[in-house]
Amino acid sequence: MTGVGTHDGALERLKRDGRIVVVGASLAGLRAAETMREKGFAGSLTMIGDEPYEPYDRPPLSKQVLLGHAVADRTALPRRRAIDADWHLGVPATGLDMAARRVRLGNGDEVEYDRLLIATGVRARPWPNEEEGALEGVFVLRTRDDAEGLQRALAAGPRRVLVIGAGFTGSEIASACRERGLDVTVAERGAAPLVGALGGVIGEVAAEMHREHGVDLRTGVMVTGLEGGPAGRVRAAHLSDGSTVEADVVVVSLGAQRNTEWLAGSGLGAGPRGIACDAGCRAFDIRGIVTDDIYVAGDVARSPHALFGYQFLSLEHWGNAVAQADTAAHNMLSESSDRRPHLWVPAFWSSQFGVNIKSVGVPPMGTEILFTQGSRAERRFAAVYGYQGRVIAAVTFDQCRWLQFYEQQIETTAPFPPPFSTVDRRPEGNKPVPADFPDPSVPTHGPTITLSGYSPADRKMTFTPARH
Amino acid sequence: MRLVVDLNRCQGYAQCAFLAPDVFAMHGEESLLYNPQAAAEQRQNVERAVAACPVGAILLELTDEDMAHLPAPDAVAGSGARPGGTR
Repeated sequence: MTGVGTHDGALERLKRDGRIVVVGASLAGLRAAETMREKGFAGSLTMIGDEPYEPYDRPPLSKQVLLGHAVADRTALPRRRAIDADWHLGVPATGLDMAARRVRLGNGDEVEYDRLLIATGVRARPWPNEEEGALEGVFVLRTRDDAEGLQRALAAGPRRVLVIGAGFTGSEIASACRERGLDVTVAERGAAPLVGALGGVIGEVAAEMHREHGVDLRTGVMVTGLEGGPAGRVRAAHLSDGSTVEADVVVVSLGAQRNTEWLAGSGLGAGPRGIACDAGCRAFDIRGIVTDDIYVAGDVARSPHALFGYQFLSLEHWGNAVAQADTAAHNMLSESSDRRPHLWVPAFWSSQFGVNIKSVGVPPMGTEILFTQGSRAERRFAAVYGYQGRVIAAVTFDQCRWLQFYEQQIETTAPFPPPFSTVDRRPEGNKPVPADFPDPSVPTHGPTITLSGYSPADRKMTFTPARH
Repeated sequence: MRLVVDLNRCQGYAQCAFLAPDVFAMHGEESLLYNPQAAAEQRQNVERAVAACPVGAILLELTDEDMAHLPAPDAVAGSGARPGGTR
């Protein structure tokens, strides 16, 4: 006997003939399902996805696909193993009854579960003016269908493309347009591209890249309106500085919104910032009490991380979806003493203007930055972010082989500025400068990590009371 | 065949771009672009690329079409999926 609950057979029964429902049939949902089967789950597995497609990979959509090197409907994810699931594709989940352990679907069906995994991810933030957003030639980029439409529009040879928002996706789109020889204007509310994710110092480097590649980059401006022509096609955009940009294609790239509306009124701790869960991926309810049968993984989750002051982190990262799905699946099928915390060190990549940008850690926590290796002028460097005297993040431009080293530095809470003298004799010396992140109270689009406070039951922002 | 490259793990060694240039290509100094659904004829090249990747970043799934094409003597009969890389 190792403890109460271990031998009551409930876990064995769950593994043998329990019912697991996964809402969200993308990267996190698929990888979790594979892990469950790997761990010997033999019961019924139901996969629910609002898109009519089997799980596919999204990163190629803003890169290979826009460049015409790959086709949007051919990015389906490889399977690690067969998952023998009952698929409900093209049907969104519309409600959750926690007491009855039931998920309601858009077609009226209901699915009962013993364990539920929520991996509904995020969607592109639409253009706020619905009528303008519906104009022909206005796109967002998140799904396979979005990419297919945008690719077709770019192939038609528009006179000018306007990208609204210079986060990672917007920058990658602008880069692809330039590579295709298209004129492109980028309008960014912040002072530079990528400021929300990487701060102003790196943002300045990104701005130089845009301009050197012929992007008409306008920063510190907002697009105040889109104007359509007589045929309902977008024709021009009006900017807050009074200027007008004529464009036949407009890509709205204003970050993402969490898909949590379907949980309103369910009693789960879900809101605009995601679904709060503990380090073991178990969801909190609105009272801040952790549930024992509902788990969360991927972009929609926000969970506390020991390395980053137990702040709740929302990570829109490919690698996080894979790692968190794996942990959630493991924990769903484990006794409490065998559960694992999700302690993945945030990491992401972006490819734009022929430069590979990679990062580890949480750059937006950084208050200072120091170029440690390479050359800023050549766009080939590593830089580290410091927070309260320790290394909290690092970013590389075409220097990715150093990232592992910096990851160790972050994991071991190494001191900042780093005491090692670098291989380079840097002309400016080893002096950190302010990392120059925008005021966190001003919402920015495009940070791929959101620090969302400490409390799972933070009533300031999370809970939308039910209206029904 | 379907493939995905864990680009967090990828360090731009470019072995794949050398062994299967019709599927993998370097874009700039160290960015990798690849075709997520390569043609069945590319199977041998892609398998070589998977094996040669120093960081094991490529996950490959062979589909039935790939199994029909170029049947390799060591192919496991009836196995539709086969992991090409490790996590």
